[in-house]
Amino acid sequence: MNDKETMLVQKISDGTVIDHVSAGKALSVLRLLGNPQNREGVTVALVMNVGSSKMGRKDILKVEGVELTDDQVQKLALIAPLASVNIIRSYRVLEKKNAVPPKTVRGVLSCTGATCVSVREKDSISSVFTMASSSPLTYRCKYCGRDLNEQEIASQLG
Amino acid sequence: MGRDAWYGRDVLSILDFSRADLELLFDSADSIVDQPVRTKKSLAGKIVATAFFEPSTRTRLSFSAAALKLGADVIDLSPDVSSLLKGESLSDTMRMLDGYADLIAMRHPSEGAALLASEVASVPIVNGGDGSQHHPSQAMLDLFTVKRLKGRIDGLNYAVLGDIRYARSAASFLYGLARYKPGKVSLVSPESLRPRNEVKDTIKKVGLKTEQHDDLESIIADVDVIYMTRIQKERFPDPNEYEKVKGSYRITKGSLANAKKGSIVLHALPRTNELAYEVDSLPNAAYMKQARFGVPVRMALLDLVLGGAKK
Ligand SMILES: [Zn+2]
Repeated sequence: MNDKETMLVQKISDGTVIDHVSAGKALSVLRLLGNPQNREGVTVALVMNVGSSKMGRKDILKVEGVELTDDQVQKLALIAPLASVNIIRSYRVLEKKNAVPPKTVRGVLSCTGATCVSVREKDSISSVFTMASSSPLTYRCKYCGRDLNEQEIASQLG
Repeated sequence: MGRDAWYGRDVLSILDFSRADLELLFDSADSIVDQPVRTKKSLAGKIVATAFFEPSTRTRLSFSAAALKLGADVIDLSPDVSSLLKGESLSDTMRMLDGYADLIAMRHPSEGAALLASEVASVPIVNGGDGSQHHPSQAMLDLFTVKRLKGRIDGLNYAVLGDIRYARSAASFLYGLARYKPGKVSLVSPESLRPRNEVKDTIKKVGLKTEQHDDLESIIADVDVIYMTRIQKERFPDPNEYEKVKGSYRITKGSLANAKKGSIVLHALPRTNELAYEVDSLPNAAYMKQARFGVPVRMALLDLVLGGAKK
C-alpha cells in the first residue's frame, strides 16, 4: 500500500483487507459478504477507484472485526476473481488467500429459467449451481441445467 | 450388480441409467409381455402414489395400472387436489406423500421438480415428466418398442420430428439413444423448435451425434425409426409461422410413400393433427403398440425399483 492510500485509510488492527477488487465492485462485495457494516462492532472502510499497476483501477475494502471465512473468499471470487484477501491480526498479515471460484454455489445466485423449480419454489429451497467452466466463468443450475454467464453473475450480485 | 442396480433408486432421467440397466429392464418387460399369466403380484402390500401437478391421464393411468397389476395399492394426488395445495410448497407436499407411500410417480411442469422431490423424499421418486427435458419412463418404453419391433436399437437410423425444443419425450428419447450405438440420428424441426442450448450441450456431452434437417422428405428413404412429437400452436410466437411449418412435420400416407421398407413411426400420443388417422392402417404405424407397452415397461420398472420380485 502506498502513502496516498495510507492517507485515505488507517491500518486496521484485526480483520480483513480485500485488495484487487475490480473497480466499482466494492459495494457488491459488501453485499455478498452480508453487509457486515450493519453488525455491532464491525467497521468497514472502502477505497474506491484507486490506481493499480496490475489492474488500472481497483477497489479496496477493509473490514475491521471480521475475518473472512474460506467460504466467503470463494463467493468473493464470483465477482472479483483477481481479489487477494489478507487476514489481519494485531496489525500483521496473518494469512493471505486468493479468491478461487467455488465448484458449488448455494443460495447466492438465481436461475434465469422461468420454469425452473428453483425459481418457482424459491421460498422453500435454495438454488444450487455448479461450475461449468472457469474461463469464462459459467455456472450451471442443478435443477434445470441452464447456464449463468459472467455478466449474469455480476449483475445478480452487484 | 443386475437387479441391485435398480433397487431403491430414483428414476429422474434416463441418463442416470447404463445400457446394462436398460437391458435388464427390457428383459423384464419382455417376459411380462410374453408370459402375462406368470407375472406375480410381487408388490402386494406396497403403496404407489401418483402425484400429477400437470394433467396427463395417459401416463398417470399407466403407472396406476402397472402398480395394480403387480398387486400394489395406488393412492392418487389428482390434479384438482394438487391445485388445492397450490399454497403449499412442493417440498411439503412431497414430504407428506413420502410418509404415505413406498414409491411416488410424479409429473410437474417445472424443470427439476423430480430432483427436488428426490431430495426431500426418502422413498424412490419416478419422474413421469418434469420441465421439457426428462420423461425417463416414456423414453424407456419408446426404446423398448424399437427393440421389440426392430429387434435392436443399435445401428438404426432415427429421425426425431417436430418440436424438439419443448417436447420432453423427444429430449428424453435422444438421451436414451445416447446409451446405444445408433446409426444416423436426424433432428427434423423448424428453426424455432430446435433443441435449446442445455439440451444440445447434454446431447454433445453424452456423445450422441445428430444432424439437423429442415424436412423429412429428403432423408425419409434412409430412416428406420420416425419419432414424432406434437407440434403445439401455442409454442409459436407468430401464428403465421405455425401455419407455414405445420405441413412439413405432418405424417400422412403420402409422406410415407418413400419411407424405407420396415420403417416404424412412433408417437408418444395424444396426437393432434400432425399424425393423420389414415396412417393407422399402414404397417409402419407402431404408436398403438408403443402405447400398449407403457404398462408392461412401467411394471418392470416398478418391480425393479421396489425389489418385489426378489422376495
Ligand atoms: Zn434452473
